[in-house]
Amino acid sequence: MRAQYPSQTVGPFFAFALVREGGNILVDEQTLGERITLKGRVLDGDGEPVDDALVEIWQADAHGRFRHPADPQYAQADPHFKGFGRSGTTGEGFCFQTIKPGPVPPSPVPCIAVRVFARGMLIHAVTRVYFSDHDNTQDPVFAGLDPVRRQTLVAQRCELPSGVVYRWDIRLQGEGETIFFDL
Amino acid sequence: MSEAGHKGVLDWSIQPPYLHAPYVATVRRAPHHPLVPLAASLMERTGPVYGEGDIGPLDHDLTKNAAKNGEPLGERIIVTGQVLDENGRGVPGVLIEIWQANAAGRYVHKNDQHDAPLDPNFVGAGRTLTDEKGFYRFISIKPGAYPWKNHFNAWRPAHIHFSLIGRNFSERLVTQMYFPGDPLLEYDPIYQGIPNTKARSRLISRFDLETTQPEWALGYRFDIVLAGYDQTYFEPGGH
Ligand SMILES: [Fe+3]
Repeated sequence: MRAQYPSQTVGPFFAFALVREGGNILVDEQTLGERITLKGRVLDGDGEPVDDALVEIWQADAHGRFRHPADPQYAQADPHFKGFGRSGTTGEGFCFQTIKPGPVPPSPVPCIAVRVFARGMLIHAVTRVYFSDHDNTQDPVFAGLDPVRRQTLVAQRCELPSGVVYRWDIRLQGEGETIFFDL
Repeated sequence: MSEAGHKGVLDWSIQPPYLHAPYVATVRRAPHHPLVPLAASLMERTGPVYGEGDIGPLDHDLTKNAAKNGEPLGERIIVTGQVLDENGRGVPGVLIEIWQANAAGRYVHKNDQHDAPLDPNFVGAGRTLTDEKGFYRFISIKPGAYPWKNHFNAWRPAHIHFSLIGRNFSERLVTQMYFPGDPLLEYDPIYQGIPNTKARSRLISRFDLETTQPEWALGYRFDIVLAGYDQTYFEPGGH
């Protein structure tokens, strides 16, 4: 076995390399599924917004298929949906224009994989976001989590004139600290 | 960092902890709860797939990809290496993105207030894909050291930031490549945040005469071992 290489912080100056115009928009006109905006803030231990974090998401298409050869349904995955997005948190926080993923068996409910990088984080943090309009206790991972703390993984659905918005804050530390996983 | 018995992707005897007080910004950003073990589902065993169409012809050459009216100033370097998995196999198709300060130690980023000159012919960002054997190659300028306000008289050693996206969500690394013989490494709380000297030293590239091009550029070799789930493996039934 070779020893894995250690992580180092993404630092404060990554945006010009990693945050590309449109990198937070996962959909085009032909993408199948319900259009949603997933937005929120990354908060530090003082509850202050972190304005130099990077959030990455990875998700299935509207039918719960991943555009990746390890998915047995890869060939049927939506060609208009790659499933990966990146957003910096300058200003308002992070924001993704995407679709509500379909559930991926054996889970009957959808979720999105999330990774957070920031100055002051020598290594990224991995989490997941679920949706408030589903019975997430049916999900095998969610069901196994602390019943109080797991609420930190649920994005709240808001139906606005402009469309469906899911609001979800990531708290790195302290009261209401988001559950982070050891993948 | 996690419960005993869970064998996760990351080896916490090698990876830096969230809280490393000498790096002051970790104090308010480090999670306090232990990480919760996660048995990877199909979601973590898949990830974005990149191809040649995602990369432009000059993306790997930072001496050319932002040139306006000449060559960037500084010491020209070639940085090359192989991305391997923990079994020592080359990993193809890894998206490697790099970013760095210019020769004077200044980033183009708007929040960089270091009083050092910008270079009109250098942005300091590049990207490439590893080939079928896991090899990559960048051409750039040796970055300068730069001050930061972590503590009195704090200077970052010269470094190039690396971001790697491997074959699935679990295969992900953001790190920094350093240069051999840099006296600042000893004083750098980011580098020193890695829990042991052996693991730290892996981030120091090696000067390589084979890579060095006569009358043109110095060569540095930087291999990277990327942890993650093997993409060829997934459980029958698809989860
Ligand atoms: Fe830097």
